[in-house]
Order: sequence, then C-alpha cells, then structure tokens
Amino acid sequence: MSEGFENVAGVKSCTKAGTGCGSCLPMLQQLIDAQLAAAGKVVERRLCAHFAVTRPELFETVRATGIRTFTELVARFGTGRGCEICKPAVASMFASLGSGYILDGEQASLQDSNDHFLANLQRDGTYSVVPRVPGGEITPAQLIAIGEVARDFDLYSKITGGQRIDLFGARVEQLPAIWARLRAAGLESGHAYGKALRTVKSCVGTAWCRYGVQDSTTMAIDLELRYRGLRAPHKIKLAVSGCARECAEAQSKDVGIIATERGWNLYVGGNGGMRPAHAQLLAEDLDDAALVRAIDRYLMWYVRTAERLERTATWQRKLPGGIDFVRRVVIDDELGLGADFDADMARHVATYECEWAATLDSPERSARFASFVNTDTPDPTITRVTIRGQRLPAEARA
Amino acid sequence: MSIDMTTSTDTDTDTDTWTVVCAATLLTPDRGVAALVNGTAVAIFELSTGSLHAIDNIDPCSGASVLSRGMIGDVDGVATVASPMYKQRFDLSTGCCLDIPGLSVAVHDVTSADGMIHVRMRPTATVAGAR
Repeated sequence: MSEGFENVAGVKSCTKAGTGCGSCLPMLQQLIDAQLAAAGKVVERRLCAHFAVTRPELFETVRATGIRTFTELVARFGTGRGCEICKPAVASMFASLGSGYILDGEQASLQDSNDHFLANLQRDGTYSVVPRVPGGEITPAQLIAIGEVARDFDLYSKITGGQRIDLFGARVEQLPAIWARLRAAGLESGHAYGKALRTVKSCVGTAWCRYGVQDSTTMAIDLELRYRGLRAPHKIKLAVSGCARECAEAQSKDVGIIATERGWNLYVGGNGGMRPAHAQLLAEDLDDAALVRAIDRYLMWYVRTAERLERTATWQRKLPGGIDFVRRVVIDDELGLGADFDADMARHVATYECEWAATLDSPERSARFASFVNTDTPDPTITRVTIRGQRLPAEARA
Repeated sequence: MSIDMTTSTDTDTDTDTWTVVCAATLLTPDRGVAALVNGTAVAIFELSTGSLHAIDNIDPCSGASVLSRGMIGDVDGVATVASPMYKQRFDLSTGCCLDIPGLSVAVHDVTSADGMIHVRMRPTATVAGAR
C-alpha cells in the first residue's frame, strides 16, 4: 500500500495474495480498510468495479425492483458488463429469491466454477459428486448403489465431514450418466457445489442411543429436506444432537440444535474452517414449530443482509448488539420482519427442485455437459495412478 | 470488439487451415466451450456483444484444461476470462494474464460462417505452464 495501491485488486497485482485458496482475501480487505482509515482516507465499500454498493444493498435493490436479469441490473444500477465477483453474487441473489433452474438463459453465464456444472471442480479439471444423505441416514440399497456407481465409473471415494460420500474424478461428460444412476437409486443433488445449505449432521438420538432425549435424526432429516437447495452468501451447515453429549458437534455449525428434556436449544453462528467459531445460544427449550420458525427467520435474515462470502459467524459478530440483537429480531420479531422471512422460506420450500433431476429431464440441459464440442474423446490431460486401491490424479503420491 | 484476423503470414502454411468445430448455436453468450483441434484443446467464447475469441484451453497456472469453463469479465472495457481454478484473469484478445505479469496463453483465430464456428490455430507458443 506504500506503493500507492488502495484496494484488493491493486495489492493482488503486485503480490501473490489471493491466487491460491483465496482464504486470505477477507483478511487482506480488513488490512487495507484499516490502513486507509488510519491514513484518514475514505474506506470504499463496494461489491466490485461494476457495483458501487455492498451485497446487502444490492440484494434489497433486486428484491424491491423485481429485476431478474444481470443485464438489466448492471445497466440500471452498475457500470460495465460484470466480472467473476459480481456475477456469481447476483446469481446467488436470483437463486435465493426463487428464479428457477440456475443454468437456463442468461443465468448460465453468471455461475461460478462449481455451479456451472453442478459439481465440484477438482485440481485436474475433473469433478466430484456428492448425493444428498439427509441427516446422514442412508439405506443399505443406496450405499450399494453409490458403491456400484463409483466402481463402474472408476471414481475415488471418500467419506465427507458432513456424513456423506464424495465421489471424485468424474469427467464433465460423465456427470449426466452418473446422476442418472444415482437418481434411479432415489438419490438427489447434495448441493456440495453451491454456496448453499450443505448438510444437517445428526446423531441417532432416542431411536437407538441410551442417552438420547429427543429424536435428533428425524429432526435433522426434516430440517435438511426443508432447507435443501437454499442459496446463501456462503455455505450453510446445520447439526442436531439428541442430548447434551453433543455427538453431532452442533455448536460448530451455522445452526446447531441440541435436545433437552423439554425441547431443543438453538445455537447460531458457529463454523469450522480457518477461523473456527463457537455457535452462540439463541433460545432454549423450543418446541418443534418454534424451532423451525426461528431457523427460518435466522437463515432468511442472513441471506438478505450478509456480505458476499461472509459466513454466519462474521455476519452475526458485526451486527450491532450481537446475539442479543439476533434474539430480538429472530425470536421477538422487534423489526416486524418475521412474516416476511416466513413467506420467503415458504416460497423456497414450495419451489425446491433437485437440480440434477431438472437437468436429466431436459436433453437440452444435459447436452451442455461435454468436455469438447467437436469430439467424444476424453480430455487427454487427465491421467490416473492407482494408490491404496483407488484412482487418483497422476501427480498424487502414495 | 472484433477478432484480429490479419496475423497469418504466407510462410505459416501449416497453420493456415481453418477447422470447423461446431454449430454456432452450441455457443452460449458470455460462456465458453472447448474443442480439440489437431490434438490441442482450444477454448472458444462468444461474448454477448457478438465477438468471438479463441485461446488455449490449458490454464498455465494450474495445468488443467479448463479455461473454457471460466467466467467472462470486463476489466475497464477489456474482455477477460477468469480461470475457474484459481481465478487469474486472461485478456481474451491478447492472451495476456492480468494478474501475473509476463504470463500468457496462445490466442487463435475464430470466425463464424454458414452457421458454423471455424478455428485456425496460430503458431504462437504457449508460455510454459505448471506441467
């Protein structure tokens, strides 16, 4: 900054910041803001070069105007033609507000690396696939089906931290065939590729456990099926524990639920990752309906007002009054936004569809999944070695 | 913005052939597709302004054949594609990386005729990448 650079793009241009995993960028932004403030300069809060407003401000614009195309939004409220920062941010807003299949029409040009092919891009240009396993509960037949798909398509298999199974090494053109098999086994998109609801982890609760005081598995499944597909400023993870022993690690989740003798304790704003955050207690001994209503409102408030790529912990910490303010808005409805949030969530639940089912049902949508437009030849740069009985990128070492 | 079609010299007879890669209708505005032309993966983009661009598909920063899957951006009027891997941006007209000085990818000729997309490989060598 002593060389005259006053924004993230400037510092990136003369350093290696933000060219790896990108997790240093929020810290870089904070450093730059602090330096600018210390120098008595104006700290600019804008989404990117094309929008001079923050994400929450742009979200309100999108919501209030009903604009649902990027072209119209950037023409009326921005400059230029957009970039890899504002396009996915706006695509996420459109998705949160229920704009249908995310790869139709102009929306196709707005989606980031993973959403673009409804799968997770890995280092060699192949993708990984994660079917939804609500609450971590899976039938033996589905386990077998996943295993057969992995075997038949020669995919590397690994158990995730969210009680699911990740299948790695799929080429773009294999994705529809893989999903046709998974769908036939009753499995659907797990949205591992999206800034969206990921998983609701659970323990076995009263169904099996000698210590459980509530049915945490059923609650986790109900919540995962309610919020599946919800797109947000960042990924969202939930967990439900059936007693105070907390085997589902709910207090390290964006929304964590712990059973009590009288109902459910609700914790919010936790996460793992680079800066682990312990979730904070929002409400105690809620019944099922009150629990769901509180989570609906918390999530919808977060979706509307968090910055781009800001997780619940940071968003919540920055709110004036912190967790007490969250309680007044979410539980006491002091701002009178509750009914609005409820309606938003009701619409989300009513309009959810599996993005892979929607893809497979349309030959036109499925046709996008090609490595090359002029040949069926597989990408010649993708090479494999066998390590510990599985196929890995050729650069991998045993 | 339109593609510069004037670079081929008469001495480059090997690279003077146009290859038909696909129907123009297969392109999505502001998105890319990849084609395999003489064994080389080429990323082809149609911008919503109507201009066509073709560059090497291999991302020199990751070594993966993925640039066709990047997002189109606008940096002070310059059309760019950001690698889907680590997000370095490349100028679609010159192939130059905006984020790493000195790094570039090869730019190829591309045109649309009779409803088909045609590509002509340019002899420019790619800057050595990660592989």
